[in-house]
Amino acid sequence: MNIHEYQAKELFEKFGVPTPKGQVASSADEAKSIAGEIGGDLLVVKAQVHAGGRGKGTFKNGFEGGVHLVKSTDEAAEVAGKMIGETLVTHQTGDEGKLVNKVMVADAVDIEKEYYLAILMDRENRCPVIVASTEGGVNIEDVAEKTPKLIHRELIHPLIGIQPFEIRKLASKLGFSGDTAKQFGKLLRSLYKLFIECDCSMVEINPLVTTPDGQVLALDAKFNFDDNALFRHPDIEALHDPSEEDPREVEAAKYDLNYIGLDGNIACLVNGAGLAMSTMDIIKHYGGEPANFLDVGGGATQEQVRNAFKIILSDPNVKAILVNIFGGIMDCDVIAKGIVAACGEVDLNIPLVVRLEGNNVEAGKETLANSDVDLIRGDDLADAAEKAVKAIAA
Amino acid sequence: MAILVDEDTKVLIQGITGSFGGRHAQLSLDYGTQVVAGVTPGKGGQKFADTVPIYDTVDEAVAETGATVSAIFVPPPFAGDAILEAVDAGVDLAVAITEGIPVIDMMRVRAAMEGSKTRLIGPNCPGIVTPGTGEDSHGGCRIGIAPGYIHKRGKIGVVSRSGTLTYEAVWQLTALGLGQSTCVGIGGDPINGTSHLDVLKMFNDDPETEGIVMIGEIGGTAEEEAAAWAADNCDKPIAAFIAGATAPPGRRMGHAGAIISGGKGTASAKKAALREAGIEVAETPAEMGSAMVKAMG
Repeated sequence: MNIHEYQAKELFEKFGVPTPKGQVASSADEAKSIAGEIGGDLLVVKAQVHAGGRGKGTFKNGFEGGVHLVKSTDEAAEVAGKMIGETLVTHQTGDEGKLVNKVMVADAVDIEKEYYLAILMDRENRCPVIVASTEGGVNIEDVAEKTPKLIHRELIHPLIGIQPFEIRKLASKLGFSGDTAKQFGKLLRSLYKLFIECDCSMVEINPLVTTPDGQVLALDAKFNFDDNALFRHPDIEALHDPSEEDPREVEAAKYDLNYIGLDGNIACLVNGAGLAMSTMDIIKHYGGEPANFLDVGGGATQEQVRNAFKIILSDPNVKAILVNIFGGIMDCDVIAKGIVAACGEVDLNIPLVVRLEGNNVEAGKETLANSDVDLIRGDDLADAAEKAVKAIAA
Repeated sequence: MAILVDEDTKVLIQGITGSFGGRHAQLSLDYGTQVVAGVTPGKGGQKFADTVPIYDTVDEAVAETGATVSAIFVPPPFAGDAILEAVDAGVDLAVAITEGIPVIDMMRVRAAMEGSKTRLIGPNCPGIVTPGTGEDSHGGCRIGIAPGYIHKRGKIGVVSRSGTLTYEAVWQLTALGLGQSTCVGIGGDPINGTSHLDVLKMFNDDPETEGIVMIGEIGGTAEEEAAAWAADNCDKPIAAFIAGATAPPGRRMGHAGAIISGGKGTASAKKAALREAGIEVAETPAEMGSAMVKAMG
């Protein structure tokens, strides 16, 4: 799960990670009063969407840039007015763009130097890793490729946590000394505490900056939380913004279905994540393009299958459906009845290929044969995938 | 022979009174597996299916029944504690079926297990099956949630990160008459107890296993590590399949560990590493069995 920049800033404040003064606004008037409270002669107004590349984005109303420097409260209000309620298109949003509901108004601090600082879960070493670099404010993957020496990694022991010597090592590698090193140490300890206590899978500050008056501040933040741990963080789960996600994925989640929309035209409905991925792969192998990933889970009900059909059919690109079920413990007849029920409700006018195998498969095939659902039977996985691809070509 | 478990293995089930744990405990009993105890705190003294004694603690269950393997069906918030309880009781093998355990919990559990005698399989896995010799492979050891009847006692070892994809492979091997020595689901989470490599080594040492099917998916580098070892050390033919060639980067494909991040963990990189190691890579999931036949020459 991702969160907005202003929400990240609020978490930083809660845990004592210093950030520039600022607040979120939902209207031009609010932006104006926040700008007044912050004071200073240079402020920044930032559109709040999850996508990156905001600064270089364009609003559909023609307004250029999702990040603006402003010099007065009136200008803050004017810029906020052009952003709020408008759709911002960046290289990460796709052509449809993202609706901006809120903007952040913050102090535009003077920057002396930009750094990079992140904590993430290192799965190979099974512990958190701190990644730090003197090359901040740019794409860290480019730095890793061109100048890997400038990226410093520190593995943290999973049980004892971050140690003072590790902080000293990193401060030294980033060239911090004296009071700056102290501030950096305090910031990093707070950040580590936040990472662990909030069950993050990643927290990234890019850039971390030093200012001419000697402050160390987090200027931007990107969070990723472990979805498996959200049950113990209702406050973080409440930060979830469904408007940032594919509405079909939001709908699927309501029924405990795991759906990811893709660009192809052959929809698939599968039980099990590994088999669902493989079904996408085999569609591609036979020359087709999968329209989605959809795992109905190991114990799918008729109701889930019915809803799964509705969701995959809500994608206008879908030209055929491939159902691939290996009923291990799951009863194939339950799936068959779900398919029949779904087809009774929706006006199915595209080819449907069904491959059923496993537990109670004969009853499932009989249920399908005795219904008036018009479907193509796949004898095995390869046969089904091939038939789905051919059904579109025909 | 087989690996890890056989028909004599005594199994206890943590979370036997839950609907999920109970259902699969019954299916294991029906398969002929020696389910000798259940553990549910607060329900000690009761019986499961009128025959299997339930204990309050794993320690007690092990002491009373001599169980050496624990299958864990405990819900995610309590699963880390349940695994450590099994480790503390000194079982040889803990098989965590639970899906959805927080990564930080697993990180701590793995670190706390260092130096213990217990091997952890999973979490988020279908478990282990060593098929029996009866009808529909009855009489074997089924730990977890896999369908027993699709197996056939035979000579292929199967190791996989996925559930239904494993069943698909098992089904193909059974249809081809090859059968399985043992099938191990190592789970779809980013931090797990046993890797592809660990299981490859065990299959390599098992006289009953003549070939190995290794099923991987996008995310992490566990398949690459297994391939690097196998290139120089594995005496047995290996066939492999990697799921997720069409998965978009940065998205979790159902399994918590199935994600391409920072350009790492792609299907194409894994397939290349496997081929480099002389492993027969199936192009599609429909060809896992036939790839094994091909690898065996």
